[in-house]
Amino acid sequence: MDSALTNLAYLAASVLFILGIKGLTHPRTAVRGNLYGATGMLLAIVATLASREVFGAGVQGIGVILAGVVIGGGIGATLALKIQMTAMPQMVALLNGFGGGASVFVAGAVFLDATDPTTRMTVSTVVSGIIGSVTFFGSLVAFDKLQGLVLPGKPIHFAGQQFVSLLIGLGALGVGVMIVTDPTATNLYWVVVALASIAGVLLTIPVGGADMPVAIALLNSYSGLAAASTGFVLDNNALIITGSLVGASGLILTRIMCKAMNRSVTNVLTGAIGPKAEAGASADEVYGGRVKSASPEEVAMLFDMARRVVIVPGYGLAVSQAQHSVRDLANLLESQGTEVEFAIHPVAGRMPGHMNVLLAEANIPYDKLREMDEINPTFAQTDVAIVIGANDVVNPVANTDPSSPIAGMPILEVDKARTVVVIKRSLNPGFAGIPNPLFAADNTLMFFGDGKKAVLDLISAIKEA
Amino acid sequence: MDALIPLLTIFMLAVFVGFEIITKVPPLLHTPLMSGSNAISGITIIGAMVAAASSSTLTTALGFSALVLAAINVVGGFLVTHRMLEMFRKKD
Repeated sequence: MDSALTNLAYLAASVLFILGIKGLTHPRTAVRGNLYGATGMLLAIVATLASREVFGAGVQGIGVILAGVVIGGGIGATLALKIQMTAMPQMVALLNGFGGGASVFVAGAVFLDATDPTTRMTVSTVVSGIIGSVTFFGSLVAFDKLQGLVLPGKPIHFAGQQFVSLLIGLGALGVGVMIVTDPTATNLYWVVVALASIAGVLLTIPVGGADMPVAIALLNSYSGLAAASTGFVLDNNALIITGSLVGASGLILTRIMCKAMNRSVTNVLTGAIGPKAEAGASADEVYGGRVKSASPEEVAMLFDMARRVVIVPGYGLAVSQAQHSVRDLANLLESQGTEVEFAIHPVAGRMPGHMNVLLAEANIPYDKLREMDEINPTFAQTDVAIVIGANDVVNPVANTDPSSPIAGMPILEVDKARTVVVIKRSLNPGFAGIPNPLFAADNTLMFFGDGKKAVLDLISAIKEA
Repeated sequence: MDALIPLLTIFMLAVFVGFEIITKVPPLLHTPLMSGSNAISGITIIGAMVAAASSSTLTTALGFSALVLAAINVVGGFLVTHRMLEMFRKKD
């Protein structure tokens, strides 16, 4: 196949990718959209196989390619089919990282092979090497934290951390400039990669659990930018178009996540939230003698008269795998004539849209999942709000105390509901490390326990009543 | 500056197209958006294939490593996105 035909196939693939993302603008067209994307990818792969560079290179090359596709495809398929929906943030983190890693290797391979690299090629190779390595190692750290393997979920800080990160980042850039001025110094590419890898680790370890949605969205964007930059190395439009789409997507999500926490990207990336020097009230002052704990039977009685119930899921729902029991609870209440809706905070969970996926897995129709701005005005007409494993996103302090670490963060205003039931293991603070006055409010009942077990107990109590 | 300007032009236009479409994706589908866009960013696989078919051993080795990573990205990304989207579809 001559190169004009190959490039036409790449153009068709790029169009299919754009149509694919366009399909994701509605749940009804989304499956088809994803298939468009997969078709585009297949087209691009077949066109490359048939191209002069690959097919012309002989049987051995084809053998290597098939082996790589079979190994990688096998691992990918196993991961995709085995992964639990609650572990989706880890999965996406890992995939982001692999995308970045692939860009590092491709850019390196092409650069080392080039006889007389242009400035465009050397500059974009360095950029691919830096962004790709940051993406790869940053994503591995994010994966590790989400999976709870080696590193703690909490932010990791050490003295002079930002200075060291800055120094290493500048070092990578400096070595990059050396490559651009002397492209024969090909081995320096690996120095750039090594420095950027350390920078990737240093950039992600200060990011704590509840800030992960921002880190994952940002790494998603980086993986796209790395691909785009590799497109500049290869002189390939398909990589540039696709990479910039993904880069834009990640940036938009990052912005949405930051807005939903009323924080800047820098603030999130430096892990600058957490219990500040006793700003605000202590746990004793907030809770002292005012927290009312309820039994399943007491909570069940609330639903006798309830006409409208809103369920607010948080990360705790994912941890206790409570999505299916919550669906049963919602169905039970609806069978008694109660209106049930779900309120989804943009940063609930560990990645954008995490809660929506879990509830969809449990067969809860998506038209019952309401966004924050849509549902907040309805809490005043809500009889019971059930908060499951959420904390900071329902903390009214965000609206009332300007000195609080979460001041100005938009919250789900569950405190406006007639009665609030909070299902939670203990009064331990959420990620922001501050007490939540909601738990001590007059209209709040605390229902202590593991999310899933508590919901199951509640279901049997309602059935017996 | 060889092909830099045409490539930059395409890059910038694609960024704008990306912003236009992606702002229309509802928060409901943000997780599939991430995994799906991830899968298409596995397009690096075509560069990996060309490198893997090279006659130089080092280039082939680098290309092969990239190929395995990109194939995980492509196959894993599209499949897991499909799994999620099916869940959203089945109760229409």
